[in-house]
Amino acid sequence: MAFLDKHKVIETNATLLLVLSFLVVSIGGLVQIVPLFYLENTIEKVEGVRPYTPLELAGRDIYVREGCYTCHSQMIRPMRDEVERYGHYSLAAESMYDHPFQWGSKRTGPDLARVGERYSDAWHVDHLTNPQSVVPESIMPKYGFLSRKVIDGEYIGDTMKVHRIVGTPYTDEMMENAVADFQAQADPDSDYDGLLERYGKATVRNFDGSPALTEMDALVAYLQVLGTMVDFSTFQPDASR
Amino acid sequence: MSKKSIRHQEGDPETTGHSWDGIEEFDNPMPRWWLWTFYVCIFWALLYSIAYPAWPMISRATPGLLGASTRADVAAEIQEFSDRLAPIRAKLEAAELTEISSDPELAGYANNAGAAVFRTWCAQCHGSGAAGVQASGYPNLLDDDWLWGGDIEAIHTTITHGIRNTTDEDARISDMPRFGADELLEEPEIDQVVQHVMAISGQEHDAEMATAGAVVFEENCAACHMEDGTGNRDLGAPNLTDAIWLYGGDTEALTYSVYYSRGGVMPNWAPRLSEADIRSVATYVHGLGGGE
Repeated sequence: MAFLDKHKVIETNATLLLVLSFLVVSIGGLVQIVPLFYLENTIEKVEGVRPYTPLELAGRDIYVREGCYTCHSQMIRPMRDEVERYGHYSLAAESMYDHPFQWGSKRTGPDLARVGERYSDAWHVDHLTNPQSVVPESIMPKYGFLSRKVIDGEYIGDTMKVHRIVGTPYTDEMMENAVADFQAQADPDSDYDGLLERYGKATVRNFDGSPALTEMDALVAYLQVLGTMVDFSTFQPDASR
Repeated sequence: MSKKSIRHQEGDPETTGHSWDGIEEFDNPMPRWWLWTFYVCIFWALLYSIAYPAWPMISRATPGLLGASTRADVAAEIQEFSDRLAPIRAKLEAAELTEISSDPELAGYANNAGAAVFRTWCAQCHGSGAAGVQASGYPNLLDDDWLWGGDIEAIHTTITHGIRNTTDEDARISDMPRFGADELLEEPEIDQVVQHVMAISGQEHDAEMATAGAVVFEENCAACHMEDGTGNRDLGAPNLTDAIWLYGGDTEALTYSVYYSRGGVMPNWAPRLSEADIRSVATYVHGLGGGE
């Protein structure tokens, strides 16, 4: 066992140990990660998934900032009880523009992967302001302060720039019109044709029902788009997955 | 360690050769039970990776001999239950809506399934007991005061298409004008018409203002709420003469309603629920007490 005796050389040489450990960990990592980039059956192409609009992206940031993910997951698992309660199981492609993803591993509240258009905007505002006013059994905290925080999307271009660096395909045109699109989506009286042209299916509404553009608008806009991008009436699941 | 340590006695196991400040380590073998468990685990992992999807190949991972697929599993499980329910669901879908409640078999299924659907999809707004949220615009479904009609067909239509949503072309639509915010009425006129509504709903009111308000009401409100204020279900215009208020019936709430207008939104459930589910929950709601 002369070969095995050599481990003393490694164990007594910190630099060599570090280099070799790195090598071993790298191989392990590469074997697990690299196939995900080229194996066809892990990259399921799904129609309809688009990058978040500036307002939805801002809402998503608020979602993350307020720690909604600590109680709400966004991943419907392929199990009958979940599919019947929440809708079609989540597809990997549906969170392809989520940086970071919001899948979650714990549910204190319900899963939100398909909460979009499931309730009215007014319900979301009432519920976020005082959850117990509409769902007496709820233990969710109140987020009424979001209605008082006016936002104008001044820095949304920067946020989009970061998302572009990590791979979200925001076009130059989207970047240039970031602030205009941000404000147009919450104002049905604005000229929002450009927004729809750039992002395709997007909902333009005064989400919080009040004239000011607030964090409440952004968060509700985000919640109302969750899980609505893929048209499941035409979706054919790949059976080999 | 070329030289035998003095601490190493005759009959002791070999040392590993490691030595820290003269402290040495026996090279005892691992316990047999542990070692065998370890070997079995390795063997198990090998079998597992053959039986289940595992090794990444050129274009896809090995599918595994058992052909395991979580998607196929869930599809099969859902299929199993829908096969089992298929006869009763087919019967439910074929039946006239008005006859469901008089057929004990259909009514039994529809009420139970409808209750489950209601708790999953409807309770968030209408409450788990279907009493709605008073004065917040979420209607009580237990009483006989209906905005868009309370017979089984009207309830079925409302659930299928929803109200004032942007996702269904056939959604029930009506928009009350914003009489104050859009300057359709002067503020004194709003105060007067509010007093008129207080009067026709049998509340304390200023008689003089109410009389003036009656004229304002007739010119601006009667088209939808009818001249006597009893409302119009084709337009979802509420009855203003009863004591049931969707957004509150005091002066302040009424003034807000006239000034900014009100209007609840209900999603269309056709894309989310099957026809059998919609019929079930319509039957359930119809049977809660207020069904016509």
